[in-house]
Amino acid sequence: MRLEHKVALITGGTSGIGEATAVLFAKEGAKVTITGRNENRGHAVAERITNDGGKAIFIRSDVRRAEECRRAVDETLRVFSRLDILFNNAGVFHPHTILDCTEEEWDLQMDINLKGTFLMSKAALPHMIERRRGVIINNSSGWGIAGGDAAVAYCASKGGVVLLTKAMAIDHGPQGIRVNALCPGDVDTPMLPEDARLRGLKWQDYLAGCTNRPLGRIGTTDEIAKAALFLASDDSSFMTGAALVVDGGGLAD
Amino acid sequence: MPGKQLHGKVALITGGAGGVGRATALLFASEGAAVAIVDLNLKAGQQVAREISRAGGRAIFERADVTRPADCRRAVERTVREFGNIHILFNNAGIIRRASVVEISELDWDAVMAVNVKSIFLMCREVIPIMVRAEGGSIINTASGWGLAAGPRAVAYCASKGAVVLMTKAMAIDHGRQNIRVNCICPGDTDTAMLRSEARQLGEAEDRFLADSARRPLGRVGQPEEIAHAALYLASDAASFVTGAALVVDGGGLAGSG
Repeated sequence: MRLEHKVALITGGTSGIGEATAVLFAKEGAKVTITGRNENRGHAVAERITNDGGKAIFIRSDVRRAEECRRAVDETLRVFSRLDILFNNAGVFHPHTILDCTEEEWDLQMDINLKGTFLMSKAALPHMIERRRGVIINNSSGWGIAGGDAAVAYCASKGGVVLLTKAMAIDHGPQGIRVNALCPGDVDTPMLPEDARLRGLKWQDYLAGCTNRPLGRIGTTDEIAKAALFLASDDSSFMTGAALVVDGGGLAD
Repeated sequence: MPGKQLHGKVALITGGAGGVGRATALLFASEGAAVAIVDLNLKAGQQVAREISRAGGRAIFERADVTRPADCRRAVERTVREFGNIHILFNNAGIIRRASVVEISELDWDAVMAVNVKSIFLMCREVIPIMVRAEGGSIINTASGWGLAAGPRAVAYCASKGAVVLMTKAMAIDHGRQNIRVNCICPGDTDTAMLRSEARQLGEAEDRFLADSARRPLGRVGQPEEIAHAALYLASDAASFVTGAALVVDGGGLAGSG
């Protein structure tokens, strides 16, 4: 088991990539804190892990609020005594150009995707610095490296995450903390059909666009979870400040 | 053991006699792969194969100059003869010449390009048809942090590694539909004989050169085993949705501008 005796906190752990990563990390021996805004789903994921013999708790926490981030970290330390891995995964997406993106939609995406990463890292780092070890993984996107259509706030927030990652890697590498970003391409999560609906596209047409990449398919949540596992484990001990692209070749051209 | 990450796989590793190639050969073998080690260095290559065999793994050594088409073909044919297939190709052979465009000879330019870039062309040309028949495969190319950003007095090396990064992406596009994944690793300074040779080439004291190399966020150079683990990730099914990527493994060296 590659994460034995480790404690991981995963934001947005109630569905999609966060859920798949929570399940995989627990299977690899980690004790897992799941945070998110949906209590029913959060408890269900924690229960699923516990039923499989793993250790997990759910903490209702909104990454937009500093005191809730601090509480999620404090509660994790109280229950599991330490925090080794922080996966900043919570994210939202609204497909809009700058002309039809409302200020509220802009703020929501910037606050959850980018500021949430800042607030959670701020809450978790003092403990990691004290122990002189820790791993932070920030979920960015292929659209944090190249732009996409009608996704202006999302692209801004995810581009911000890539550079926030590099900046934190520089500041906290000397303290033994590694910080890396994950850049998934289109992945089979609830975010995808929701995007199709908001864009007014038929699911089959939308999906055909998503699969138009060298590997000819979209990714699975488990494939992103395995990339997160690589970044969380000692297998990536010389990696920091990197952006790991997991996109079936979508960005190769 | 089915629990191993490369159980039942066959891997061919160029430049497998030392440094990152050797560490990867040992790691892949311990994860269940049969390994073909390809290198110019006969003694060291045979030694790695013996080390793997002694530990209960499967390995062969084939002496080859990867800049020669006939040598590449022979190495691939022998691997298939011995192990029946090739699932993983690690194009890792590489050399460096620390010189500016004014200083470097045409001979050295050609040598760097031949070993670092053309060898990948020659090996992939042989191996991809085999992977197509096997309905999939993973190709990993050793690029460099200096394939993404340049460094001083290394003009041929930087040009060659930049070529490796884009050749990786081009092959990923062409062969993705055949379920062949093509990725590269961009290591930062790693504790190998090549790194030490750079100090000699630049006429610097080795300890001072190594201390400079360690100046990056993690405050140290990498170990060959750490690059090997990145290769293992890309070789394994854990990276099944990763292709055309350049995986930077450099202790944070490229995170900033200087």
